[in-house]
Amino acid sequence: MNHTLYSADGLAGLVFLGLVAATVSGALVAVIAKRLVRSVAGLSLSFTGLAGLYYFLNSPFVAMMELLIYVGAVCVAIVFAIMLAEPHSEDKVGKGSGLGALFGMIAGGLVFFGVAAVGATTKWSAAKTKINDGSLTEVGKSLLTSYSFVFELISVVLLVAIIGALVLAHSGRNKGGDI
Amino acid sequence: MLALSSQLNTYLVIGAFLFAAGFYGLVQRRSLIGMLISSELILAGASLNMMAFNRFLAPDPTVGQIFTLFIMGIAAAEAAITLSIIIAVYRNYKSIDAEDLQDLQG
Repeated sequence: MNHTLYSADGLAGLVFLGLVAATVSGALVAVIAKRLVRSVAGLSLSFTGLAGLYYFLNSPFVAMMELLIYVGAVCVAIVFAIMLAEPHSEDKVGKGSGLGALFGMIAGGLVFFGVAAVGATTKWSAAKTKINDGSLTEVGKSLLTSYSFVFELISVVLLVAIIGALVLAHSGRNKGGDI
Repeated sequence: MLALSSQLNTYLVIGAFLFAAGFYGLVQRRSLIGMLISSELILAGASLNMMAFNRFLAPDPTVGQIFTLFIMGIAAAEAAITLSIIIAVYRNYKSIDAEDLQDLQG
């Protein structure tokens, strides 16, 4: 592998660094920003970078699903909820929560260094042989043979979630009276 | 530096960072939507770990992808339910600040 800058691998590495920067900075914006709308924008930036990382991990299908589901659906749904439920659109972080922020930063730093150290120092041993190439065809075969029961189960979960969301929104409207 | 994309440790550290950022946001945020955003980050960190192990270590390279797809399905269902709960809470309390959601004054 040739890793000088002006080669195909070098440019791919540069793109990878950009994706990592997008993921990390988007996550930071998502948790630090005062206004919730900016927080959602950071979240969608982070998920876009994450989709690129999935592409580098040899699975373009999961990358496309990440873009469709997270960036396209979840972030837009959160933006709708902010527009419906947050008139000031400002998260009162600073109101007497200095101790909480300090504790959160210490705990988050400890979690990060602990998990990263475990991941980086363990001697991972790869499997000797791979039984397939992990392409979309193989994913489809696995979904319809080995994991067909889980596949059916998650469709039931999604159905229950849709019905539950409808019931919750309806009963909230009745109890809340006129707004 | 440019060969980082073919190393397992890179992805593990990024996954740990996403998890820690979500954890920090979950502790520090006061509004329910902010907590939902942080929990999505935690799920994203877990998915990235699954995909990295799937690419570099697993004997069957479809397992991690399917696991990640199921995580996405669960996260979508969770986001739908959570957002409808938040809307219902806002209708009753006129606020989505977690500290305002109390009926008993103690």
